[in-house]
Amino acid sequence: MTEALIASPDGGATGPAALATELPRGRSPGWWGMLLFVTTEATLFAVLLGSYFYLRFQAAAQWPPPRTGPPELTLPLVMTALLLPSSLPVIWAEHGIRRGQRWRLRLGLALTLLLGLAFVGLLLMEYDEKLASLTVTTDTYGSLFYVVTGFHGLHVTVGLLMLAWLLAASTGGRLDARRHEPVRLVAMYWHFVGAVWVAVLFTVYLSPRL
Amino acid sequence: MSAVAERRPDAEPESVHRLTEHWGEAPTLRSWFSTVDHKRIGRRYLVTAAVFFTLAGISALALRAQLARPEARLLSPQEYNQLFTMHGTAMIFLFATPMLFGFGNFLLPLMLGSRDMAFPRLNAFGYWVFLFAGVVMWASLPAGAAPNGGWFAYVPLTEREHTPGAHLDVYTLGLLFLGISTTAGAINFIVTALKLRAPGMSLNRVPLFVWAMVATSFMVLFALPALNLANALLFLDRRFGTHFYDPGAGGSVLLWQHLFWIFGHPDVYIIVLPALGIVSAIVPTFSRRGIAAYPLVVLSLVAIAIISFGVWVHHMFATGLPQLSLSFFSAASTVITIPSGIQMFAWLATMLLGRVVLRVPLLFVIGFIVTFVIGGVTGAMFAITAFDRQVTDSYFVVAHFHYVLFGGAVFPILAGLYYWLPKFTGRLFSERLARWAFWLILVGMNVTFFPMHLSGLLGMPRRVYTYPAGLDWDPWMALSTVGSYLLAVGLLLVLVGIGHALRRGPVAPADPWGGDTLEWTTASPPRPYNFAVVPEVFSLHPGWDERTRASIADGATGERILADGRRTPLTSELDGRYERPAEMPEQSVRPLLAAVGLLVAVVALLFGWYPVAGAGALLLAVTLAAWLWPALPGATEARVAR
Repeated sequence: MTEALIASPDGGATGPAALATELPRGRSPGWWGMLLFVTTEATLFAVLLGSYFYLRFQAAAQWPPPRTGPPELTLPLVMTALLLPSSLPVIWAEHGIRRGQRWRLRLGLALTLLLGLAFVGLLLMEYDEKLASLTVTTDTYGSLFYVVTGFHGLHVTVGLLMLAWLLAASTGGRLDARRHEPVRLVAMYWHFVGAVWVAVLFTVYLSPRL
Repeated sequence: MSAVAERRPDAEPESVHRLTEHWGEAPTLRSWFSTVDHKRIGRRYLVTAAVFFTLAGISALALRAQLARPEARLLSPQEYNQLFTMHGTAMIFLFATPMLFGFGNFLLPLMLGSRDMAFPRLNAFGYWVFLFAGVVMWASLPAGAAPNGGWFAYVPLTEREHTPGAHLDVYTLGLLFLGISTTAGAINFIVTALKLRAPGMSLNRVPLFVWAMVATSFMVLFALPALNLANALLFLDRRFGTHFYDPGAGGSVLLWQHLFWIFGHPDVYIIVLPALGIVSAIVPTFSRRGIAAYPLVVLSLVAIAIISFGVWVHHMFATGLPQLSLSFFSAASTVITIPSGIQMFAWLATMLLGRVVLRVPLLFVIGFIVTFVIGGVTGAMFAITAFDRQVTDSYFVVAHFHYVLFGGAVFPILAGLYYWLPKFTGRLFSERLARWAFWLILVGMNVTFFPMHLSGLLGMPRRVYTYPAGLDWDPWMALSTVGSYLLAVGLLLVLVGIGHALRRGPVAPADPWGGDTLEWTTASPPRPYNFAVVPEVFSLHPGWDERTRASIADGATGERILADGRRTPLTSELDGRYERPAEMPEQSVRPLLAAVGLLVAVVALLFGWYPVAGAGALLLAVTLAAWLWPALPGATEARVAR
């Protein structure tokens, strides 16, 4: 094998080593890179939610302030029901492209994209409703509410951009059974966005009622 | 640098020719903007950080001139505030970390026996972002809008109603901008060290400098988010009227201090750990034996990285926190001296057991050991809450952290600069000039900072632009100023020495010192592809190990030559077993474009031109989309087969 590699450049292209370049044997640098990126992002959310609780427990008075009252739960629960299951189609899509089924990749990505868009739409609806009585400048509670949910919403939006990019990139046979690493990486990011939502839901919507 | 490789006896001339074709960069203007070569990027980090160091140093000289005598009117209070803030901010954020990242960028792939970093284009992007962030922050100084709230920018002083103007917006946005570069660099270092080690380099054969860079990078990933959040919230408070730090509306000023120091104390070690790694690289070479207690040194690096997250409150002992938390953080601050001590004894033991060759790099290491221990002693004093409360915010603190940071970072950086200068430039330097520089710096540094202990104990507070006569501070302040100018002359001599080496220095051999790590087994400066044959590593000291040296000489197999394309081997994370060759990206201007997009966004945010900021973000997004666009099938094979 190695003799052939040295002997001729063309032999290198068909040798076992060259053929293996796109098969994920072991963890790839991209996988580690995305894992570390998600880790540092998760730390950012941990510090942000930690600050929420710090400010909440420093506040002597009732939380949320009496004039605001505890947040409504219906809409956020619907949003949860959209965002958490939206990880499933992207998993299904990833398994599909590993077997070379491009239709599964496209369908799965499109489904996740739709669910994510619906999530962002509902978040904007909630803002629209709430802004009449509470803004970022009302008090610290208002600042926290909008910055925590808005920062998560921004991450969902970035995730949606990634999904749209992936959907566009899946044309022309760029992704197939042997080269599908981008799908895996975008999926990791999307799962992370969903997992963070659970923490946001607990902190912003559920914990004030405890 | 010549793009034509000399024929080397230790590899097939034909494969060297092909490697040069794939990795070499034409010396054109375009390649200057599009390079992804970790060696060029590393050198740029070093030079850029050195320029920022010079600017911050000149700021310090201006401060010392103002403080030389009581009631001086050389600087206005406003100028003084901006200068001391920029001095601190630039030394910490724009010099220390990027300088050490420069060493890491240049050395990590070479020490690991790889041909580049894991993400070469991300590496280039990180450099451009660092450069732009530094330029934005320094440009605010002549505009009279530089940060002026001290390097830790405590609220409520830094809120809009107390500090109007752009000052603190430059600070928050500049550091957020810079944070992107630091985070990208940290991820790159970790993945490079995990996946791109030469075959055979299992974790217990990884050089200590690499361990230090990896521990540092993990700290960056967990600590920097706190600073980024603190800055983002401050920017929102100042620009959009949120109330995170406003007690009147339910916020808390202590939140800033907690967030800042959750980042800030690990940051001390983010700066010091790579510097300790440099020391661990230099001591064995000049002791002519391997480092003593290698596993213990690795464990103490990791222990420091972890414990450093549990000591932040010792910066806040005087803020009225509950007694119990003070005791906990006091204990943790005492415990963290143990792993630092272990390393200290490992270096001493190495020198004691070896045969010391007192060349210039080791001289600076000894300067480091002496200075850092003095700084460590005053540090242990601060861990005692009662003492801390007496001297907090006094010049005693200023003296302490200058001993720690000058001793713990600048001395090792200078040691590393001299040690690797032959590798960076291919030239040898004048030892005589360097010895003069060393003694001037050592004396100047101590004359500058030691008197500050005394003026601090005599009650002089930090961050005052002047002081009245007759408080017994005058002689110590004057002495500090004399020392600072001595120090400046010493540092100037370093610069002269480097310039002299570049112009007149004799050509350096591959291994001028007899070092034990892999960078000394390749040319000075290394060829664009680093190693004509990727080494196979058989021990912790590959440079002193016959089998490893033989592995690059002849009889190498094709999977370690990889001359068909830009390729380097990937190996397994723990044992360093050969997995497969990785296709490395070619040069590209997209990293620069993406950084320009960010620059536009940051500057526009600073001036409040939000649509322009949106356009910058769009440029960034489009560039990233094109950058990561998957290639059509066959493209890779076509390039390989070319």
